[in-house]
Amino acid sequence: MSEQSFDYYAKHQHGHVHDEHAPAAGEKAGPPSEHEIMSRAMQELLEEKGLITAEEIRRRMEIFDEEFPYRGSRVIVRAWTDPAFKERLLKDGKAACAEMGVDLEADRLIAVENTPEVHNVIVCTLCSCYPRSLLGMPPTWYKSDNYRARVVHEPRAVLKEFGTVLPDNVTVRVHDSNADMRYVVVPMRPSGTEGWSEEQLAEMLTRDTMVGVTVPRAPLR
Amino acid sequence: MTPRTPGGGKTLPSTYTPAPGRRFNVGDRVKIKRLFPPGHRRTPYYIRGVIERVCGAFPNPEELAYGFAGEPRRVLYRVRFEQRHVWPDYRGPARDIIEMEIFEHWLDPVAGGVRADDPDQRG
Repeated sequence: MSEQSFDYYAKHQHGHVHDEHAPAAGEKAGPPSEHEIMSRAMQELLEEKGLITAEEIRRRMEIFDEEFPYRGSRVIVRAWTDPAFKERLLKDGKAACAEMGVDLEADRLIAVENTPEVHNVIVCTLCSCYPRSLLGMPPTWYKSDNYRARVVHEPRAVLKEFGTVLPDNVTVRVHDSNADMRYVVVPMRPSGTEGWSEEQLAEMLTRDTMVGVTVPRAPLR
Repeated sequence: MTPRTPGGGKTLPSTYTPAPGRRFNVGDRVKIKRLFPPGHRRTPYYIRGVIERVCGAFPNPEELAYGFAGEPRRVLYRVRFEQRHVWPDYRGPARDIIEMEIFEHWLDPVAGGVRADDPDQRG
């Protein structure tokens, strides 16, 4: 468990595992939620049966933190610098990522391109579907009821709150990731970035630019 | 489906699963069926849209929700809607759109809106 101060096993022995005031999720101190306890129990059972090891789970968490969040910008930089690749990415996101050695696992990816005429933004109204194998874990706001309800109904107001103001001649195209597909936005490459290194380009490609709530901006140099 | 050990640089086949024998093609005009099957399942039947893309065939979520295998698979489409059709009080320009994924058995053709086979679509 992530809570440093909480001794799951000690609590368990005393039969105080259930706490109605426990937070539903997150990193707060205090007893684990019912779901955390179930997940922990499941892990212990699977380990006991020899189906998975604690090391595999630790490694999986490490990949989520240290590998997945950096894949998206690599893929988009490639799309910016290689028009043929961009075409393949837009046609079949997963196959194009696989070309780069980026295995999206179970995710099926649709890449949507921003143009001077169209701005794309991604949401999952039903839960928090997100291209985790490309961008890592979704940010808290992406999972919030506020974002999920409002970005489909008043996308321009929500984008404005993220500092993104779009003129009326740009179509705002909202994608509800409500079933089996996952989405990534291919932002427009800012002008004035000709000749930049891949690292410089990747720096502009933050998570939020690939969800579509903002656009990449070239820093003053 | 998910490999246990990720990140090995392994290449995978296309994301698009075949969907032969499907009912709709890109550009077809559709409406959502009025359905109230047993259980916590229902469809947003008030809405009309246009097929944007054929995503492939996927396990039926209505069956998955109740612990079944989801077979037979159903064809999944992305359907494009005009925001002003979805929200009568939508305040943005008429050009704004929203697209979502809808399964074939939740869709009905709009009269005169379905074309013949579309050779450009995979499946």
